[in-house]
Amino acid sequence: MLEIKNLHVSVGDKEILKGLNLSIKAGEVHAIMGPNGSGKSTLSYVLAGRAGYDITEGLITYNGEDLAALAPEVRAAKGVFLAMQYPVEIPGVTTMMFLKTALNSQRRARGESDLDAVAVLKLVRAKAKTLNVSEEMLKRALNVGFSGGEKKRLEILQMALFEPKLAVLDETDSGLDIDALKLVAEGVNTLRASSRAMLVITHYQRLLDYIVPDRIHVLARGKIVAEGGKELALELEAKGYEHILKEPA
Amino acid sequence: MSIAAETKAQVAEIGDKYKYGFVTDIEMEMAPRGLSEGTVRYISAKKGEPEWMLEWRLAAFKRWGAMKEPNWARVHYPRIDYQNSYYYAAPKNTPLKQSLDEVDPKLLETYKKLGIPLQEQMALAGVAVDAVFDSVSVATTFKAKLNEAGVIFCPISEAIRDYPDLVKKYLGTVVPVTDNFFATLNSAVFSDGTFVYVPKGVRCPMELSTYFRINASETGQFERTLIVADEGSYVSYLEGCTAPKRDENQLHAAVVELVALDNAEIKYSTVQNWYPGDENGLGGIFNFVTKRGDCRGKKSKISWTQVETGSAITWKYPSCILRGDESVGEFYSIAIANNYQQADTGTKMIHLGANTRSRIISKGISAGKAQNTYRGLVSIYGKAKNARNYTQCDSLLIGGDCGAHTVPYIESRNPTARIEHEATTSKIAEDQLFYCLARGIPQDEAVSLIVNGFCKEVLQQLPMEFAVEAQKLVGISLEGSVG
Repeated sequence: MLEIKNLHVSVGDKEILKGLNLSIKAGEVHAIMGPNGSGKSTLSYVLAGRAGYDITEGLITYNGEDLAALAPEVRAAKGVFLAMQYPVEIPGVTTMMFLKTALNSQRRARGESDLDAVAVLKLVRAKAKTLNVSEEMLKRALNVGFSGGEKKRLEILQMALFEPKLAVLDETDSGLDIDALKLVAEGVNTLRASSRAMLVITHYQRLLDYIVPDRIHVLARGKIVAEGGKELALELEAKGYEHILKEPA
Repeated sequence: MSIAAETKAQVAEIGDKYKYGFVTDIEMEMAPRGLSEGTVRYISAKKGEPEWMLEWRLAAFKRWGAMKEPNWARVHYPRIDYQNSYYYAAPKNTPLKQSLDEVDPKLLETYKKLGIPLQEQMALAGVAVDAVFDSVSVATTFKAKLNEAGVIFCPISEAIRDYPDLVKKYLGTVVPVTDNFFATLNSAVFSDGTFVYVPKGVRCPMELSTYFRINASETGQFERTLIVADEGSYVSYLEGCTAPKRDENQLHAAVVELVALDNAEIKYSTVQNWYPGDENGLGGIFNFVTKRGDCRGKKSKISWTQVETGSAITWKYPSCILRGDESVGEFYSIAIANNYQQADTGTKMIHLGANTRSRIISKGISAGKAQNTYRGLVSIYGKAKNARNYTQCDSLLIGGDCGAHTVPYIESRNPTARIEHEATTSKIAEDQLFYCLARGIPQDEAVSLIVNGFCKEVLQQLPMEFAVEAQKLVGISLEGSVG
């Protein structure tokens, strides 16, 4: 599904990713762990197509297509989803209105017809229930005055609504207490599917207790420096990043 | 696609943004070019006006000759040559009074194209329309139905002939003939507009609206509208405006007067979409307008809502004179300036009576190389005990080459007054745009969504029938503004 080869990415003059390789198949859940400043968020933004993150070398192939050649909104319509670390506020635009606009934009890009307000409402309500997203939240302006937990739940709600093929979760655990974390993880787990690939980016091992990955990669200084199964997370937790970084990659 | 074909397609696409830019090919009758006492007499004669009206116009014209064009607004434009345009243009064979089936099919077709069908059976349910084409009203719908309720809704030229006492009693009492350069010019040469009278205790059963269309070239439009709400009555009125795309600048200098007596309420909404000029600032309407409402009676209320997306230059300050005790004035405004448009708009709230209240919500959006100014006055007079004002001015900038300016004037001569003023300036943040894009929302639609959110408080004030159109207009006006 996703094949990243020798990826170099610069922001301004600064090279952040320096030859990253990664391969994820449909049905797999991979985790990327790494210390602050290792390039984790840069990777998520590059996958979603944020302006200002320039690929200077290497190739990202998504379902056989050159991902870099696609505009961000086209990527979304083709099933790339990024649950953001810091979801933004849009004053005056109700959450429901935003969800409807996004859903129908994606449908239109795929040549499907718009869903009317009633159909969208039904769909959203069904998904909202399991994630404990209230009707009241859907009526409020997007992310305005939402708590950290509400913002993250809304990100997962969008993931459930858009049914992406590749879901990237950037620090979805940051700012969550343990109950909120469990709820969000449950939401993610119910979306695990044989047709879907997931990339979970996190600083802490804690999230991986609840979303158990098939494979873990350690990102440091712009490169993958270690790989392994889920037990790698425990090793990192016990020994810290310094330990791994000292070993030759 | 070849480069030439591609360029052509792009040009066509840009042209499509202003979809009202067509010209109706119709035979016109024009006043001789230029402005003189003869022009004033010509217009008055064409309208079949009584002597008193002509005298009124001539006095205004004389006064105008001694006045100077104001230059305090933050707008720049080449000198207007008042002798080089036409002051009256009407489709030939427009009888003074006509029924809908006598209207020239070309005109009916024009309004249909503008989305305002005039045939009553096709019209938007619950909305009566007065259609003003250049200098004359060409049709007024649902007059009979409104008459049943006692509501007078007709072209002002007709009101001058048919209801002279009402017109004499109120015309020029809110915006005096001597008010300002453009209002005085209008008083001399005004052509058509709408007259509304809602009798005591009547709640007007329909939305009333006037649709102003400039069609003729090198012609100015001088709309004059007068709305009187008698004691305990209510009326909601909306005006819309469009004009063809031309390289020249055309002048629209309107005067609108509102009078609300005891316990009466007038809600006046504007969706102004005059041709704004092209991407390089060529052409477009000069919209120099004086609008004022007089809350003459106790507990009366006047509420202005405006969505200003068009015109090369907008110079407009819909105001309220809060004369009656406990009267209420409101001003809700969205002003969008894109490319080289300039907007200098705001309001005046003049608190004369005790316990008067006013509320100002202004949303200015600037894009391209446009300049957008909010200019407002809140004035509390000595007798206005416990007067209250709340003002909120928010500016949104799109791109780095545009400007937003806020110029509030506040005067209080009464220590019991409470005046609040809040102002913010923000930019559409890159992270907001990225968030929308990443969820599949294309750029132009994302801008429209964010801006509509920004304007929501004002859009909510529009009559439901027009709110959806206005939302779309907000989006279209800003297409391509983020590069």
